[in-house]
Amino acid sequence: MSRGPVRRTRQGDFELKLSEPERRLLGDLMGQLGAALADEHRPSDNPVLRRLFPVAHPDDPDLEASYQGLVGDDLVDLRREKLRAVSDTLDAGRVDEQALLAWMNVVNDLRLILGTHLDVSEDDDLNLLDPNHPEADTYAIYGYLGYLLDSIIESLA
Amino acid sequence: MTPLSMSLAPVEVDEPTSDESVSSDTPWIVLVWNDPINLMSYVTFVLQKLFGYSREKATALMLDVHEKGRAVVASGAREKCELDVFRLHEHGLWATMQHD
Repeated sequence: MSRGPVRRTRQGDFELKLSEPERRLLGDLMGQLGAALADEHRPSDNPVLRRLFPVAHPDDPDLEASYQGLVGDDLVDLRREKLRAVSDTLDAGRVDEQALLAWMNVVNDLRLILGTHLDVSEDDDLNLLDPNHPEADTYAIYGYLGYLLDSIIESLA
Repeated sequence: MTPLSMSLAPVEVDEPTSDESVSSDTPWIVLVWNDPINLMSYVTFVLQKLFGYSREKATALMLDVHEKGRAVVASGAREKCELDVFRLHEHGLWATMQHD
């Protein structure tokens, strides 16, 4: 009985009640993420994207190199695939579960990037509500993405 | 496409170092670390989805991460744990692995 923008239907797919400005905002953010992921340099070296590519072995450079060799570009490729899946359904009123899982991952990636940029802490609720904060717009988008993600998860759970 | 296929392939160990000379079935643990960004509902959902944990177990692990700073979410052979870490990284969770 979610009151958020995402709702599971009786047919088993998911209704996305998002306004045009919300969809345009998501499209814009995804365009920026896609451009960053398409950069000729290793995206994992880009400080903005750093949070999307964590270190598996923080205390052992040899094991970390081995893990990176194993993973290769898979984490980048998977993120590009999911961006495509969300772009393809950006204007859809309904999506299937697989598409919504891609939405979940993409929205979370966008939150991770904005949250890292804002250097949020767990006590940041006041900044989220302060319209005079110099990053008020970014906080507002960050807050919106959290609201959307929560609704996606609630509908999937 | 099967982006995980390479992760599932046998691992070749060409030049064993002191670390890699440890038998590959020596138990490893996968840790998820607290971060201020990921939603509690998201962490719980991902742990359920990736590991098939019940909502209760996934919630307890999430609370451990949140309150104690980290939690062991999986364990096993190195190759299995590397795949687990990969899937957690795919979902944006801050995961590492180490010898038990």
